[in-house]
Amino acid sequence: MKDAIGNVQRVVVLGGTSETALATVAKLTAGRRGVQVTLAARPGERRTSAATALEARGLQVSEVDFEATERSSYERAISDAFESGGDVDIVIVAFGLLGDQKRAWQDVDAALELAQVNYAAAIGCGVLVADRLRKQGHGAIIAISSVAGERPRKSNFVYGSTKAGMDAFYTGLGDALEKDGIKVLVVRPGFVKSRMTHGLAAAPLSQTPEQVADVIVAGLRDGRRTVWAPPAMRWVMAVLRHLPRPVFTRLPL
Amino acid sequence: MDGGRALRGWGRTSPSVAMVHSASDDAELVRLVTDAGPRGVLARGLGRSYGDAAQNGGGVVVDMTTRHRVLSVDNQTGLVEVEAGASLDQLMRELLPLGLFVPVSPGTRQVTVGGAVAADIHGKNHHVDGSFGRHVVSMDLLCADGTIRTLTPESELFWATVGGMGLTGLVLRVTLRMKKVQSAYCLVDTERCANLDDLLERMTEGDHRYTYSVAWIDCLARGSSLGRSVLTRGWSATLDQLPPTLRDHPLDFRPKQLAVAPPIFPSGLLNRATVAAFNEAWYRRAPRERHGEVQSIAAFFHPLDAVARWNRVYGPKGFLQYQFVVPFGTEDTLRRCIQMLSDAGQASFLAVLKRFGPPSDGHLSFPTPGWTLALDIPLGAPVLGGLLDRLDEEVMAAGGREYLAKDSRLPASAIARMYPRLDEWREVKKAADPHGVFESDLARRLGL
Repeated sequence: MKDAIGNVQRVVVLGGTSETALATVAKLTAGRRGVQVTLAARPGERRTSAATALEARGLQVSEVDFEATERSSYERAISDAFESGGDVDIVIVAFGLLGDQKRAWQDVDAALELAQVNYAAAIGCGVLVADRLRKQGHGAIIAISSVAGERPRKSNFVYGSTKAGMDAFYTGLGDALEKDGIKVLVVRPGFVKSRMTHGLAAAPLSQTPEQVADVIVAGLRDGRRTVWAPPAMRWVMAVLRHLPRPVFTRLPL
Repeated sequence: MDGGRALRGWGRTSPSVAMVHSASDDAELVRLVTDAGPRGVLARGLGRSYGDAAQNGGGVVVDMTTRHRVLSVDNQTGLVEVEAGASLDQLMRELLPLGLFVPVSPGTRQVTVGGAVAADIHGKNHHVDGSFGRHVVSMDLLCADGTIRTLTPESELFWATVGGMGLTGLVLRVTLRMKKVQSAYCLVDTERCANLDDLLERMTEGDHRYTYSVAWIDCLARGSSLGRSVLTRGWSATLDQLPPTLRDHPLDFRPKQLAVAPPIFPSGLLNRATVAAFNEAWYRRAPRERHGEVQSIAAFFHPLDAVARWNRVYGPKGFLQYQFVVPFGTEDTLRRCIQMLSDAGQASFLAVLKRFGPPSDGHLSFPTPGWTLALDIPLGAPVLGGLLDRLDEEVMAAGGREYLAKDSRLPASAIARMYPRLDEWREVKKAADPHGVFESDLARRLGL
């Protein structure tokens, strides 16, 4: 149960190797030992090293296998995560694929994979997690969306379309869960310098995972429903959304 | 959860949603308990616990305040039987005219008798009269198996229930031994104390002469004024101690509600500057020394009750109360704690210090012999969490503990250190409630 100060006791990360999610866990649990964290991700070296890093911070880490392309896998992962301990205070929905944009709009398999992971699995997990949290009568979901969902641009509109879908789902879920005492925070980062974007040229207003985590923790504390990282991105996107198409398509985005 | 209601404590933090029921007859309550789902059942009174003690997220919460009858009164012995949802306010209004006063009164009258048992509350007379449970002669407890047992102080379950935070069952009815009084007034002595040493000395020297004693400390005062305070102590006034004008109706008890705080206060209104100004005024306003002042029970015991819903003054972020006790002989810890609060400038108006007397037999009862300090702190400052964690360490190192009815943030790891009889309590709880029917957010947070 999240306490009066905002300390949490249990956190579940879906996409447990996400650098943004791990930075968020580190900040949420700073100064308190023994907080339980479940990392749901593909088994392997990345998950192990993420777990080791969190354990070094005094957290109690457990790992469960999670495959976003398989419904039975994420169903089991969520059920295991919820049943292996006490109440879950926060679920971070952090899995996602950036994909190869060129292939993504020319190759059905590539397009559907993005849709499956970033959208279908995200809402599938959202439904399952919401049900669990409602039964507790408290809890929060942090859904990592993207500014790419706010206005499609030709360089990554397939990815953008999946994020637009998951963003709309979690925004609506937050409204639906309000009476149940469950908070949903939708996070819209701009370009984050991470493994996901490794090799890409950093865009303006680019962020580190730690900077995004700061925004998330502040948003959670203040009871916000949507946050942008960096916060200025909100206004940049507001402008971009309203630019006439001929101007927008000529921007080097 | 469909049809649920968000419940919070008095500090207005960490809400959770539960199904709230109330029932006037016992049979209905029995059904609620025996039909409890996986998240269990919990009784709730007037919601004056600061944190999550009266919340049960995802489960059932029974609103006990609809059950508030006074069932019997014996003027001779002072024994009264009441339903657990009766408030101390109601008992004072109905029974003071008969010359009967509640044996223990906390800083507010707005608590139920059931809540008073569950938290084993204390008042300004703890050093002579002990806590609430000591004045309970018997009680009816609705247990997990659906039976209603009448418990007396001879039984272990009685003492697991006194201070047991509602986790042993639903307290339905309580027979209390009331205090006989001749008037609804107190004779009060007030002294200003220049600093903590001055205060502790006066309390140690003189508390035994008074029935009631409490000090207000300015936790923002620094340096040689650290711990400057106003000490008020008194007795229940006898008829011949009253001025002639009050003698005609000595047992009149009609406390006035001056105002209701509207829900418009922003967070941050109570900050270092405003609280420092308030504290300064409070200290200056108090007489340097005054003896035998006649004060009404309401004015002496429950000054904050004059403003209904005063917790709104802290704004939407809410606040918490930090209350700990450290044993006699660890005054250095007390001083360090006050120093840490003063250094951090964590605004608190009305920090209250009191000396506790002998402990209660309740396994999880808070009071133990020593000094107890209670302070309200607005939420919002990022440094607060770390500061309170460090205060916990000081308190635990000194062999002290914190009050569960006030707590909204202790980690589970602290609780066994603070409550050495926890395992004993767990055994009794397990025997009475093997499937954990009685649950609360506090119990889950602390792993009770």
